[in-house]
Amino acid sequence: MLTAEEQKEINEELAHYPNKQAVCIDAMLIVQRRRGWVSDEDIHDIAEFLGMSTADLDGVATFYNLIRRKPVGRHVALICDSVSCWIMGCERVRDQLCARLGTTLGGSTADGRFTLLPNVCLGACDHAPVMMIDGDLYTNLDERQIDPILDRYK
Amino acid sequence: MATIYIENEPRQADSNQNLLHVLLSLGYDLPYFCWHPALGSVGACRQCAVKQFRNEQDTAGKIVIACMTPAADGTRVSIKDPEAAEFRAAVIQGLMQNHPHDCPVCDEGGECHLQDMTVMTGHCSRHYRFTKRTFRNQYLGPLLNHEMNRCIQCQRCVRFYRDYAGGHDLNAFRLRDTVYFGRFEDGVLENEFSGNLAEVCPTGVFTDATLKRHYTRKWDLQMAPSVCVHCAAGCNISVGERYGTLRRVVNRYNHAVNGYFLCDRGRFGYEFVNSDQRIRECLLGGEPTELTRAMFRLGTLLRDGNCIGIGSPRASLESNFALRQLVGPDHFYAGVADEEWSVTLAALEVLKHGPAPSPSLDEIEHCDAVLVLGEDVTNVLPLMALRLRQSVRQQPVRKATDLHIPLWLDHAVRELVQDERGPLFIASPSVTRLDDVATEVLRAAPSGLARLGFAVAHALDPDAPAAPDLSSEVEAVAGRIAAALRSARSPLVISGTSCGSRELVEAAAQVAWALCKTGKPARLSFCFPECNSAGLALMRPRPLSAAFQAMQRGSADTVIILENDLYRRGSVAEVSTLLDTARHVVVLDHLKNRTTGKAELVLPAGAFAETDGTLVNNELRAQRFFQAFPPQGEVRASWHWLSNSLIPELPAGTCSWRTLDDIVSAIANEMPDLAPIEHAAPSRKELGKVAREPNRYSGRTSILANISVHEPKPPEDLDSALAFSMESGPQPPPSALIPFFWSPGWNSIQSVNKFQGEVGGPLRGGDPGVRLIDQKAEIAWQYFSATPPAFQPNSDEWLLLPHFHIFGSEELSRQAPAISELVPRAYVGLNATDAALLGVKSGELIKVTIGDSVHELEASLRTDVPRGVALLPAGIPPVDNLSLPARGRLSPLRAAVYGFAK
Amino acid sequence: MSPMERPLTSNLRPDGNAVDIAAYERAGGYEGLRKALTMQPQDVTELVKRSSLKGRGGAGFPTGMKWSFVPMGANAPKPKYLVANADEMEPGTFKDRVLMEGDPHQLIEGMTVAAYAIQAEVGYIFLRGEYRCSAQRLRAAVAEAKERGFLGHNILGSGFGFELHLHISAGRYICGEETALLNALEGKRAHPRTKPPFPQVSGLWGKPTIVQNVETLCNVHHIVNKGPEWFRTLSRSGDGGTKLYGVSGKVNRPGLWELPLGTTLREILEEHAGGMRDGLRFRGVLPGGASTDFLVEQHLDTPMDYTEVQKAGSRLGTGTMVILDEGTCPVGMVWNLEHFFAQESCGWCTPCWSGLAWTEKILLAMEYGKAEESDLDTLRFQTKFLAPGNTFCAFAPGAVEPLQSALKYFSGDFHRHIEEKRCPWR
Ligand SMILES: Cc1cc2nc3c(=O)[nH]c(=O)nc-3n(C[C@H](O)[C@H](O)[C@H](O)COP(=O)(O)O)c2cc1C
Ligand code: SF4
Ligand code: FES
Repeated sequence: MLTAEEQKEINEELAHYPNKQAVCIDAMLIVQRRRGWVSDEDIHDIAEFLGMSTADLDGVATFYNLIRRKPVGRHVALICDSVSCWIMGCERVRDQLCARLGTTLGGSTADGRFTLLPNVCLGACDHAPVMMIDGDLYTNLDERQIDPILDRYK
Repeated sequence: MATIYIENEPRQADSNQNLLHVLLSLGYDLPYFCWHPALGSVGACRQCAVKQFRNEQDTAGKIVIACMTPAADGTRVSIKDPEAAEFRAAVIQGLMQNHPHDCPVCDEGGECHLQDMTVMTGHCSRHYRFTKRTFRNQYLGPLLNHEMNRCIQCQRCVRFYRDYAGGHDLNAFRLRDTVYFGRFEDGVLENEFSGNLAEVCPTGVFTDATLKRHYTRKWDLQMAPSVCVHCAAGCNISVGERYGTLRRVVNRYNHAVNGYFLCDRGRFGYEFVNSDQRIRECLLGGEPTELTRAMFRLGTLLRDGNCIGIGSPRASLESNFALRQLVGPDHFYAGVADEEWSVTLAALEVLKHGPAPSPSLDEIEHCDAVLVLGEDVTNVLPLMALRLRQSVRQQPVRKATDLHIPLWLDHAVRELVQDERGPLFIASPSVTRLDDVATEVLRAAPSGLARLGFAVAHALDPDAPAAPDLSSEVEAVAGRIAAALRSARSPLVISGTSCGSRELVEAAAQVAWALCKTGKPARLSFCFPECNSAGLALMRPRPLSAAFQAMQRGSADTVIILENDLYRRGSVAEVSTLLDTARHVVVLDHLKNRTTGKAELVLPAGAFAETDGTLVNNELRAQRFFQAFPPQGEVRASWHWLSNSLIPELPAGTCSWRTLDDIVSAIANEMPDLAPIEHAAPSRKELGKVAREPNRYSGRTSILANISVHEPKPPEDLDSALAFSMESGPQPPPSALIPFFWSPGWNSIQSVNKFQGEVGGPLRGGDPGVRLIDQKAEIAWQYFSATPPAFQPNSDEWLLLPHFHIFGSEELSRQAPAISELVPRAYVGLNATDAALLGVKSGELIKVTIGDSVHELEASLRTDVPRGVALLPAGIPPVDNLSLPARGRLSPLRAAVYGFAK
Repeated sequence: MSPMERPLTSNLRPDGNAVDIAAYERAGGYEGLRKALTMQPQDVTELVKRSSLKGRGGAGFPTGMKWSFVPMGANAPKPKYLVANADEMEPGTFKDRVLMEGDPHQLIEGMTVAAYAIQAEVGYIFLRGEYRCSAQRLRAAVAEAKERGFLGHNILGSGFGFELHLHISAGRYICGEETALLNALEGKRAHPRTKPPFPQVSGLWGKPTIVQNVETLCNVHHIVNKGPEWFRTLSRSGDGGTKLYGVSGKVNRPGLWELPLGTTLREILEEHAGGMRDGLRFRGVLPGGASTDFLVEQHLDTPMDYTEVQKAGSRLGTGTMVILDEGTCPVGMVWNLEHFFAQESCGWCTPCWSGLAWTEKILLAMEYGKAEESDLDTLRFQTKFLAPGNTFCAFAPGAVEPLQSALKYFSGDFHRHIEEKRCPWR
């Protein structure tokens, strides 16, 4: 079930577009912002709300990388793996993160605290390597900074 | 027309087309995948690349994608150019990168477009050495199998299913080289045209699940041109047999009728032919008997007593005619309920004597404003619905032409048009499967729909009588419909027999005629219930009730029933009375049913794939179907049974035909309306041989080796030029006799390209079949003057209407195992308000009483059904013995269900 | 340089916060809009044409010319749309973010002027999802502008109305391709569309639509305000204006600068980015983002404009450079790039989805010492297979640009990986 708040937010987006299909991506992001990911059940609910079929909606959902169709931890770290960050050593940062959290890239920690996801260029190449946790951007990373950063997210 | 240069040779081409279309039409071989003549171009696969040169001096040229390039005047292209050829081989290499190379176990093998195109490009060795991507397949229902690893991402499935057929439950998921075509979750594909995926998919992702159960390669099938018997559209099909059983049905292209597609009932209904309920021997008193004894008995009955004959809307013209001749025209009765008989006749009268012609399905697709009165077209005449779904695009796509966007540039046109649709008005008693593309829908009881029709006609032409006492709302709808029809270039009115309402047929005629009178080239099309409903009606049978009366009066002793379960045609009481009163009952049919159970003598009638004959479709086009294989046992065509070659002691000259050509000319001589059927297909005399078996048919000499090593002489076919062998004359067969599409290098059904004058156009030599009625320019006609009174709901007497289901309402396809899985349970559908007044909740039982028949059915509450009207599923047990519409009583049975009140 | 010479960035605050509307107006903001509203729409387009502004999103198409294809007049389809392409997902590119975060009103003003020129009634800013800060600031700025009457109905009493909405994208590089972007905005799978018809004629929801890069749009009102001649003098090249140039990689001062169009690579690299770090030697540069051909030492004096970079064998692209140094494995770098492209292929056309998947697998095998000599042939073959015209959109040809030039300039490194069966840098 979509919450009243989610429905309200989706309805606000509807005012910006000429038809319902156009807000389907917004709708999924709205739901995801609250629930972390978009479950099969959410796909059913959003599709029904927008008068689309589940196949229509999931066809869209599975195209875009920022729509997550699998559960995530409480915090999501997007680690830039694109060219500038690669040159500047993002693989080391990644390995450090994985080691500290005991999970692989793409996976979640056993305690549900973190999910680590690779991400394409975050547009901060002049401060590579970078990552983004829950929307906070961390730049000029090196291995030593990982622990204090992680400590901020419980 | 344009002149284009191919390998420097000037050729004439249609400048409104793309290069791929033009090159294929000119007979060149150019590989392609994502393009489809009915779906247009999207440029996804890049397989159809050619080299284009700017002018004669340009020797470098550049690679262009043929399906995305207009065939503009002066265009110079080369297919042979080495760079283009290399590119095409590279595309195949890419497409095959993840392909499992599982051809030996793939059902598509031997008729796979991907195989053909791979060979055509010359790509023959694999260099890719990494892991292939793999997928999990889905359960898609009883009709189709899914093997996604074979997918080459050409996008055709979703383009057909979604864009063309209007389905919503199949889609593309994910991206890059892992695009997945399937459903959100496992489950039965919802669209009624899903079976076409087996042909639209160029490889083996979607394959015919019914074929799998008795799998045979295309090259091992003995095939014949046939006509679908599961509805009145008369779609052309090609049927294939092996070892005496029917293996499958595929599309047989007929530009005017079905084009490239079939519905799922038509494609998968064939399995009734293999049913264990088949009658394969003569039965006397329920026991198998020898042919000579059976025929002696029939001869005796014919000589001794007064015989009447009951014809059938699902039997061929030939078989109906044979019975009619046998018993005499005055003793020949329609094997359908009286209401259906009278409405069908009324429709034929209207088509024959009115100014509006009956369009082909292709013409229907090109109509640009449509009014449907009282039909759920998808569930009654599915292919017409598929065509109507395209017709709503006719007006909006004109915008593309204005912007110089060629119509074949499919996605560009769709992006421009978006959801805009041309006028389609659907007035019907309940929701229809085309409502999603309708401009407006109106729900009313049949008389209300007829009144709407009369109002539209009056709005178009004040000389047409007005419908009195209309609500302002209906008046306004009528005004909008009239305006839309009036401003169209090619308006169409559709009605039919579904509501059993003669007034509705007249109302539809009234609208079309009013348009004609005001100078519009209006067309008028009727949906008939069965594959030869129109043909039977053109034989002028007497109504079925007259047969009941004749029997009760004692003016007949013997009734001969042709391919008909009479219990579907009248109440149990009436039919039982007829069958019990008759001293002798003779039935010819394919499958055991309640009627054959009552017969003294049963003769095994050949099904469509085992016999030859002619059917008249809803357009009034007569089309011939041909035998694919000699049936097992004593099975033969009803018209063969009913001839004096088999029946001893029949007066000479009564039924003296021996061959198909004989009986066809007998019909033509006897019945002027049907005279054109001689031209429905060439006669046997006119032609050399046409092979039913493909060149690579295997095991020809060893097929019976377990019995005898002598190669048996193939049976001779006296009825057609088709041979039960690989023997064929030098000429390609005429269009009506093409058993299957095949051409060197083109093993898949896409080889139809090679049989068309222009790709996507009529078959060379013209589309099969012949129209029985063609409108004369000057025809005198008159409006109908009686407008029906408004419908009054009455809680003591409900109007019970048939509700048609593509899977279940038709008698024969219901016996096919795959289809039988999809038949809904019986129910009674009624308005939620009515239900509340009755005190019935959804799912509770209601007692339905019609005359002396009583049924207990689950209530299905709906918002679409008008008050005072209830729906019963047509042809679905236990209510398949009701002739609807009817008046009846509904009473709740809740107490009975729960036993005690809460 | 005076603010006059750095129109796009002169407002940016050193503290990194956004310029609010008051400060923006104080600095002469929305003057361009006021002026435009007094002109005929076609005259605005004409000015932009004369300024020789070219698109800053990568393709470099003349902006004014693009606008002139939009149907105008009373019979033109309605509504028309204007879309700011703020997708910026090309690896190595970070210029539009800086403009949107630092001076959101500049984009809004540019868009409103552009909308006026083509008489678009509705606009969208198509913003990539990870740009959270830009989203926040743009949202606030749109509200401010609306309140002050620079957006919405009857802007500044001119009778012209323009509704501007922010659309947050859900990812995928292909959404930056303007026609795929339109599908994404329509809530569909973001496959590119056939061209022609061009979006100017049949775009968003089938209506005339202009899609323009953020940086491009940010120039528009300056052109109206100060004139096309002024705009052309900003440049050191035939095409008008300044350009945001960025540098990332192992240089002393990675960053972003607004400089005259046509500033040389060497000047940008040495003067602005402070030269190579830690005494590392420069080996090559992707001059305009991930989808451009490598340039090498011999090209360092190339003026960074559309024509000269092309002459040198690459593209100006987004003007944001990624530097390859001698301490970094060129094969690994190309693998990283092709991994990105293979991952982002939309899956529509065969050469792209098949060719990039194969390419990536070979390069990865090569990095781990598992490649064969014949793999080099396959790589070379793929660069031709995915050439312009062979694929449905410009994604795949762009994707193989770094590969084809790497095979040319760094062929020794590829061979070493094969011969030594390992990556010499690992
Ligand atoms: C694969 C691909 C990705 C692109 N990504 C972007 C992008 O992120 N931002 C952008 O402005 N243009 C991008 N473009 C270019 C756009 O298609 C389009 O040319 C541009 O938005 C037009 O604006 P301009 O003329 O102002 O540059 C991309 C093109 C391609 C082929
Ligand atoms: S080149 Fe083809 S597959 Fe690649 S992104 Fe463009 S359309 Fe999609
Ligand atoms: S058939 Fe032409 S690109 Fe697919």
